[in-house]
Amino acid sequence: MTMLEHDPVRTAGFPLIDDDVEGQRFRVHRSTMTSPEIFAAERDKIFNHSWLYVGHESEVSAPGDFVRRPVAGRQLFMVRGAKSGRVNVFHNTCTHRGAMICRQKSGTSKSFPCFYHAWSFDSEGDLKGVPDRDGYGEKLDFTQLGLKSPRVESYRGFVFCTFDPDITDLVNYLAGAREYLDLIIDSGGGEMEIVKGTNEYCISANWKLLCENSIDGYHASTVHDTYFKYLVALGTDLRSGVQGTSHDLGNGHAVLEYDAPWGRPIARWEPLFGEHAREEITKLRAELVDKHGEERAFRMADTNRNMLIFPNLVVNDIMAVTVRTFMPSAPDQMDITAWELAPRGELPSLRQRRLDSFLTFLGPAGFATPDDVEALESCQQGFNSGGVEWNDISRGMARTPAGNDEHQMRVFWREWARKMGEHAYGSPR
Amino acid sequence: MTAVIGGLESLTRPDIEEFLYREAELLDAWDLDAWLSLWRLDQHTRYVVPCNDTPDGDPTRDLVRIDDNELRLRMRVDRLNSRKAHREYPHSRTNHQILNVRVGAVEGSGDDRVLPVRASFTVWRFRNGRASTYVGQHHYRLVAGPDGPLIRSKRVVLDMTELRPAADLAIIL
Repeated sequence: MTMLEHDPVRTAGFPLIDDDVEGQRFRVHRSTMTSPEIFAAERDKIFNHSWLYVGHESEVSAPGDFVRRPVAGRQLFMVRGAKSGRVNVFHNTCTHRGAMICRQKSGTSKSFPCFYHAWSFDSEGDLKGVPDRDGYGEKLDFTQLGLKSPRVESYRGFVFCTFDPDITDLVNYLAGAREYLDLIIDSGGGEMEIVKGTNEYCISANWKLLCENSIDGYHASTVHDTYFKYLVALGTDLRSGVQGTSHDLGNGHAVLEYDAPWGRPIARWEPLFGEHAREEITKLRAELVDKHGEERAFRMADTNRNMLIFPNLVVNDIMAVTVRTFMPSAPDQMDITAWELAPRGELPSLRQRRLDSFLTFLGPAGFATPDDVEALESCQQGFNSGGVEWNDISRGMARTPAGNDEHQMRVFWREWARKMGEHAYGSPR
Repeated sequence: MTAVIGGLESLTRPDIEEFLYREAELLDAWDLDAWLSLWRLDQHTRYVVPCNDTPDGDPTRDLVRIDDNELRLRMRVDRLNSRKAHREYPHSRTNHQILNVRVGAVEGSGDDRVLPVRASFTVWRFRNGRASTYVGQHHYRLVAGPDGPLIRSKRVVLDMTELRPAADLAIIL
């Protein structure tokens, strides 16, 4: 039935992603970061047609535990069903007249009453109570008026949802990212948890700049000089630099993988951990070798990975593990929410090293993240000045991608263009 | 000579207020080396800012924003004094405002005596056309120094439900 004149493939206009493999040049038009039309199209084409991270199952470990979560600008909440034990995700709106059901950030409850007219739901989303039910005719089917869910699937504790009923299942969607999640989870003994405490901050910059920045090895030595100075003060030898490569994991996911220049709670000892932790970390490493073999244990213990799961989930396994998601509220504004992931039952002494490592580098008051915030805002302000139309992301096109190349960003942008379809074209000039 | 004349017990609220105003003044002047001299820097030094959603956050167990010991506090100051703390170069203009000062009763004995002090604060930060505000409560534990009180620890609990309105926390509160 598709008629030619309705073919969504645009034939006029210019591609906003200029991917010239032969000419070894990859450019991104800056309107992708500033245009309100593109921002609106992204909500539809990207955020309504991807699997999006909601939270981690450990955040709702007991029956009735709930957390409120905005996902892609929508109000949702995640709750552990008291009967099923399953993690449910509901649209946070009463099926009666719309008020938000879950009005606390987190907590535990088996009953979720709406404060407006006291319709009441249980942790499985079933409608349990309607005051003055006599006022309704007997034909009205109250079983149809339970809380509504988007599609929800989880992978080894990571809970995702999607608003696209036709999208492939989560495991297929994760593609090559799955193996990296496995690596991180297995290195922690198979069971991970979110540490209490959330970093909720914002950046006045386009959200895609944080996609790039989260997996960018090129900026580390310039932007994060003061952090590296801190590591050196603690006795870390950084002379080897960042040696590694990046991989296309499929579906727009990408990872930067490199030898750790710093200590890792699992399991690479550095002087900053202190002599007393040396034995524990050495033991942990030996256990990894026993369990997973030398090669996989080496990757777990001695390499870092910065991974982007398209479109807006970052899992960076560096000096600690951060899970970070972000959502634009305007073309030049995003909200970031970031958590710390750690092995459940970790030795308190190692947990302390992990917490220290996390907050010194990561987070909006650390020795590094504020400078990333500055870099991204600076880019955004630069875009607004006009005069230069394109960003250049060509680094590494002519060689096997190195740890400080931009291959992984091209992976993201190619998927972005694919999903945006005709919206990835600018007006003809 | 390590005691305030008359000891911690003799400090009045105006004495404490004067000390806190002095601290605010040094922070606003970006004289961070002088600000560090208001601290007794040793193994007890702690500058802690919990996450907004976990005001009772314990740095040994929970994720917090800042958990500086002596070394990290010195590194924070070094960083902010350098030209490479990009978020704070050039520096913000700030205005640290202190109010609702409450002085507790001296705890401990001998050289371990500490004076708990609470104070509300509003910190304004202006930079690059943006104004941000931080609101919350300081929890100090002061000790006696040669010329007056010194800070042994400072815990800063933010009242904003999220940090988002202020973007980030690159300054010292």
